[in-house]
Amino acid sequence: MDALALLAIFALLLVVAWVVVTPLRREAATRAAAREEADRQDLEAARDAKYREIRDAELDLQTGKLSQEDWRALDRQLRAEAVEILRRLDELE
Amino acid sequence: MATVGRAALLIALLICAYGVIAAIYGALSGRREWVESARRSVYALAIALTVAFGILEFAFLRSDFSFAVVAGHSSTSTPTFYKASAMWSSQEGSLLLWVWLLSLWSSLVVFLTRRRMREVVPWATAVLLGYGAFFTALLVFAVSPFETLAQPPADGAGLNPLLRHPAMMIHPPMLYSGYTLFAIPFAFAVGALIAKRVDAEWIRSTRRFALGAWLVLGIGIILGARWSYNELGWGGYWAWDAVENASLMPWLTGTAFIHSVMIQEKRGMLKVWNVSLVLATGILCVLGTFLVRSGILDSIHAFGASTLGVPFVALIAGMSLGSIALVVWRRGLLRSEHRLDSLLSREAMFLLNNLVLVAMCFVVFWGTFFPLISEAVTGEETSVGPPWFSRYTVPLALVLVLLSGIGPLIAWRRATATNLRRTFAIPVTCGVVAFLALLFVPGVPQKPLALAMFALAAFVAGTVGQEIWRGTRARRAMTGEPLPLAVTSLVRRNRRRYGGYLVHLGIVVLFVGVAASSTFQTAHDSRMSPGDTVRVDGYDVRYVRATAEVGDDPSGTGAMLSLGAVLDVSKDGRHVTTLRPARSFYPSNSTASGPVEWLVGGEPTSEVAVRSGPLKDFWTAVNPDMTRFQEIIDQGDKAVAADIPEMQQPMVAFRLLRDVIAPNYVENPPPAMFRMISSPLVAWIWIGSLIAIGGGLIALWPAPDAARRRATATLRARVAQDLGRA
Repeated sequence: MDALALLAIFALLLVVAWVVVTPLRREAATRAAAREEADRQDLEAARDAKYREIRDAELDLQTGKLSQEDWRALDRQLRAEAVEILRRLDELE
Repeated sequence: MATVGRAALLIALLICAYGVIAAIYGALSGRREWVESARRSVYALAIALTVAFGILEFAFLRSDFSFAVVAGHSSTSTPTFYKASAMWSSQEGSLLLWVWLLSLWSSLVVFLTRRRMREVVPWATAVLLGYGAFFTALLVFAVSPFETLAQPPADGAGLNPLLRHPAMMIHPPMLYSGYTLFAIPFAFAVGALIAKRVDAEWIRSTRRFALGAWLVLGIGIILGARWSYNELGWGGYWAWDAVENASLMPWLTGTAFIHSVMIQEKRGMLKVWNVSLVLATGILCVLGTFLVRSGILDSIHAFGASTLGVPFVALIAGMSLGSIALVVWRRGLLRSEHRLDSLLSREAMFLLNNLVLVAMCFVVFWGTFFPLISEAVTGEETSVGPPWFSRYTVPLALVLVLLSGIGPLIAWRRATATNLRRTFAIPVTCGVVAFLALLFVPGVPQKPLALAMFALAAFVAGTVGQEIWRGTRARRAMTGEPLPLAVTSLVRRNRRRYGGYLVHLGIVVLFVGVAASSTFQTAHDSRMSPGDTVRVDGYDVRYVRATAEVGDDPSGTGAMLSLGAVLDVSKDGRHVTTLRPARSFYPSNSTASGPVEWLVGGEPTSEVAVRSGPLKDFWTAVNPDMTRFQEIIDQGDKAVAADIPEMQQPMVAFRLLRDVIAPNYVENPPPAMFRMISSPLVAWIWIGSLIAIGGGLIALWPAPDAARRRATATLRARVAQDLGRA
């Protein structure tokens, strides 16, 4: 094995070790903030999905696939769920 | 360099082992720093495997024959374009490509979910790294791509000539991208089950990956079909070959999954079904790799001799038993939140569509594995041919097309009679009009299955057209936008829905091409000499003259000798086209060959000539009779070996080929066998595929941030208004 190959292997080892080990040296405060951020992003994703459902239901109404009555009931339910998600998001902020 | 490659693989394996432990420990203890470290192990894996992949690719590009795998699958005469892809023609190279792609896609998903799904991600990371560990371990312990030769040969064996086709450059990476992308929803499903987070969140987070997997796997399948049509010399695009079937099975269950997840997202139903589908798809992806890489397709006995057969069987068994155990363990959490309200609802149609797709997958599975099971039990090789597959898949495909027209029209929960009348009138009219019109087309009424497919395709086209029109009309009523802008805005704001409709349209166009070309095809085999003419499906085909090219292959595949024909095709006395099919001959792998034989003794391939059109393809292939030339080659070998010094033998052999054999073939050609096929609507298979790919890309493309913010702002105001009223 030549020196260059050894050097390359050593460099690769150093890089992957640095990549993997870095998080183990983080402060607890950073970890708590990361946890809160994760909760917030989950809720934001749920909110966006709920908004997509509301828009889908509107399009179904406009293209004749949902009756006015069915749409009203569905829309009311979806908006209530969206409100709940927003409330939980507000609690985080 | 081989040492660095070996070390990179070993480091990759250690990273996987560490990452799995760190992820599980982090998940169980709640210590996020360990989860984070496991996540970054995925990046580290990608780095290590990129180094290994880069080293091997570089060795192929510079024809470094000290690598056994390069010597076995490439050569100095292999064109550079194909040297780059020769890597995945080998067992070792293709497994490295598999795990490298897995590491890249896994890195992308753990990056995108780095601040989300805290409970699920650690388990999913462990599963993805577990996959990585399996494939890396195979590369470290079973089939190392970095084996070196003590005495490197002066030249390599060369890439299999059949693989020297542009589609083959992209086909394996596409299939493997599909397989590895499907590993992501698989891993997240396992994570969601373990972490008891079986709501729709894991589906939303991995939906794009499932769709991306479905798309690239589909592209890979189509590229394979295109390669078969243009390269294999039998004139077809799909043979129900086990390798083809291996990629089709996960695509079918994946298609079922991307439909049924919508029911879970909308109604909280079919949770058991969805996790089962995605787990099955993940297993079928590994099964596909196993079928191609274990040697089982050559013979059940070759599988026993292969170093990969047993580990793959162990992995598939572990994945299958683990998946079943997980679903049973969490069955209490997987109860549906709602029941099916009516059989006349979109949920019911989706469920039916799923059952049809799974039934198709089962047919393909049985047809693929029955011969293997039979051979294992009886010791005799059997095969199940295309007619067997067609008997079951054609009726199922008809039902599938019908459902792809009904699904977009029918309402969620329950469809009313008024709703049905209003939405089905135009599409049904399209289907009926097409049916009646086709009754007057000669030959079509005698083929009821093809007729049904064409009529159903018209019904689906009517559905898609109506949906786009009604959506555009609604948008124009709301915004007053001009028509082109309204269509664009409609699709842009509802990419998943309208992208999906385009996919439906593309698939039925593809099915129309398949139905027409397979039902109304005319094939003719003929032995012809220059000057002969045959009639095929109304075309007069005249063999004008023979051609021969030495060391100057027009297709750029590196063929040493191409023997071809010029065919003049005319209809009713009018010239239609000139076709130039050829048979290409490549250098031999055998060192025992004589110098002339060595130049042309490799596996020959057909360079087909096709005249493609929107209504019909005219496809030709030629197979020259080489008996007379084999004698000349044998005599040449004897003469060269006896009279010429060894160093000069290759040059003299080449001259013999160029100055004697090739001119002899052109001046005094023996009769050649020609295969000629006239197939209607083949072009629509490729056009339909492009439409489906376009639709898939639209559905996959993320909404622009600005648009999302505007939509969110508008809806937030509405939600806030409702909140104020409450």
